Amino acid sequence: MTTLDSSKEIQKNNSEATETHEDFRMFGLITFLIADGMTFAGFFAAYLTYKAVNPLPDGAIYELELPIPTLNTILLLVSSATFHKAGKALLKDKNSDSQKWLFFTAFLGIIFLICQLFEYFHLPFGLTDNLFASTFYALTGFHGLHVTLGTLMILIIAWQSRINGGRLTSQNMFPLEAVELYWHFVDGIWVILFIILYLL
Amino acid sequence: MTISIDPQKTNNESLQPKGWLRYFSFSLDHKVIGIQYLVCGFLFYLIGGTLASAIRIELASPMSDFMPRDVYNQVLTLHGTIMIFLWIVPVVNGAFGNYLIPFYVGARDMAFPRLNAVAFWLIPPSGLMLVASYFVEGAAQAGWTAYPPLSITTPQSGQIIWILSVLLLGGSSIFGGINFIATIIKLRRPGLKLMQLPMYCWAMLGTSLLVVLSTPVLAGTLILLSFDIIANTGFFNPVLGGNVVVYQHLFWFYSHPAVYIMVLPAFGLVSEILPVHARKPLFGYTTMVFSIMGIVVLGLVVWAHHMFTSGTPPWMRLFFTIATAFIAVPTGIKFFNWVATLWGGKISINSAMLFSCGFIINFVFGGITGVALAQVPFDIHVHDTYFVVAHFHYIVYGGTVFIIFSSIYHWFPKVTGKMLNEKLGILHFIITFIGFNLCFAPQHWLGLNGMPRRVAEYDPQFQFVNQISSLGALLMAISTIPFLINVFLSVRNGKEAGDNPWNALTPEWLTSSPPPVENWEGEAPLVEEPYGYGKEISERK
Repeated sequence: MTTLDSSKEIQKNNSEATETHEDFRMFGLITFLIADGMTFAGFFAAYLTYKAVNPLPDGAIYELELPIPTLNTILLLVSSATFHKAGKALLKDKNSDSQKWLFFTAFLGIIFLICQLFEYFHLPFGLTDNLFASTFYALTGFHGLHVTLGTLMILIIAWQSRINGGRLTSQNMFPLEAVELYWHFVDGIWVILFIILYLL
Repeated sequence: MTISIDPQKTNNESLQPKGWLRYFSFSLDHKVIGIQYLVCGFLFYLIGGTLASAIRIELASPMSDFMPRDVYNQVLTLHGTIMIFLWIVPVVNGAFGNYLIPFYVGARDMAFPRLNAVAFWLIPPSGLMLVASYFVEGAAQAGWTAYPPLSITTPQSGQIIWILSVLLLGGSSIFGGINFIATIIKLRRPGLKLMQLPMYCWAMLGTSLLVVLSTPVLAGTLILLSFDIIANTGFFNPVLGGNVVVYQHLFWFYSHPAVYIMVLPAFGLVSEILPVHARKPLFGYTTMVFSIMGIVVLGLVVWAHHMFTSGTPPWMRLFFTIATAFIAVPTGIKFFNWVATLWGGKISINSAMLFSCGFIINFVFGGITGVALAQVPFDIHVHDTYFVVAHFHYIVYGGTVFIIFSSIYHWFPKVTGKMLNEKLGILHFIITFIGFNLCFAPQHWLGLNGMPRRVAEYDPQFQFVNQISSLGALLMAISTIPFLINVFLSVRNGKEAGDNPWNALTPEWLTSSPPPVENWEGEAPLVEEPYGYGKEISERK
């Protein structure tokens, strides 16, 4: 990794003196997640407006089954906890434990995606059937994209937390902390989505 | 947590090309990236300006004789999109922000240099893609607003390329915004307090907050619009049960703040330029800061004043009229402060000062028509007429573009180490100012008399006034010539500028011209009073 992204260490007049400053990569990530959250906020606002002012055509099906999405909510909430466990383990230098927890978290993410696809294939409506159907697929699809990216990133950091030669150590926690924050964010969005789309 | 890294690894400046080649490289130096933004933006300004000239040639006669009507639609769409997303937003944020902000906060680079370079390099490909879409099956025709159902029913390929291009540019803008927020908040030199920052930092902080909060909404909206075009969904298509007004709400939730994204940095830049050339402290620093933040907050809740004719319910009209009128308060405070800064100052009449004063005159005029447009009865009368075109150009050209030129005259000595020729600069200002007002002032009259915008043909009674307007546009096109000659001559053999030709106090003038690669030879200077003009050196803190 080059250092320019995180901080710029300066060799001043060829002396050995260096400047150090606070690590603000997390600050940048939080700013990005706020921006990402605004995309979802726009989608939610559009969905709620449609629900309020655009009546669906007669006979349109918009009832959703609850079991699978409820299971998915539980899966994601549990995965947040397991991710937290991975971080705790890494902090105590238990790299192999951390790696196990990370693989388990990624596994839960994959199960979530499989359940989501299963739900898609068994729904009585398609993308273009009506406005509700389109919004449903757009919202859950955009969230699913986030879960997919998150799962890939978890697999990458799980690979990096291997004991010999891995970059991820208790001294270099940032990759894990960053992906963890992102994963909690995606879970939080899912909870809001679940409430707005399935329960309301 | 602090990071400390082996200094051996960091010295990868040596891997990058030297001289002018570095402007074509993936350079991580904030000064190189700033110039990349500026030159790239200016090239797109020339393209957008050519398109504007084509529009004015077409409108010199009432019939569509210069180009077919569908080409006219493409030209006006490309003109708007290029000027907003490829010239004003990248230059007034990216170019000056990248060049100046690290100096102002006492840093050696931006917080995330690599992200910075990525943000810039997203711009040329998406801009070229946008321009090239004209040669595929014709560019987008739905205007820079891309309102459905028009954007769904016009030819698809151009509209899809337009969406992709704007998405990329929006991404670039968000990356830039994240970088500016982190740099201003986190990368300040120890001992430098927020309330001691030069005003441009505050303007960029406010702008970046708007970018981060509103641009993602536009991105989401355009993704839904592209679904409507490609996948035949009906989000915004009334035929399929969709709702066009939802698009307008989401679009203007970004695009009204976008006006502030274009204009707030200009407010910041003019606050840097006026005190230097009037030799007086900036009047009312604290009120300036609070009015910037007031504009940021209010700017997020006024978007529906663009939609008074979209069947907006009465309560919404009332709310958005009042909120919009309120924005005039912080904006007015800033204008009184600038005039008070000039009042009794030792004013040098040079190109930078003239363009800044031109900005004040034009923007006040555009602001007054803006307050008028916020009133529902008036707005319904002139909606979608040339009055709106005139108002908008008074804000973005008479306001922001004047400040871009003012800033180029002000900072050119710092960037190149050479002075620009003042005579050519004043000639540039005179032609621009006369041409601009001749072009856009008559359009108020056209709009009040009912000439609709975005139409290639018009009622013959408007011909004379349109020809005056076209004459003004011709002058604006000509005004670029002395500027370009000036830049080329001055870069080659301009007068040596020295480190601080204006005797300015802001930090970027305390280093050599052009500045060295890490900005300062030694420690970054602590400038606690960036506007301490007119005081003895011993009185300054």
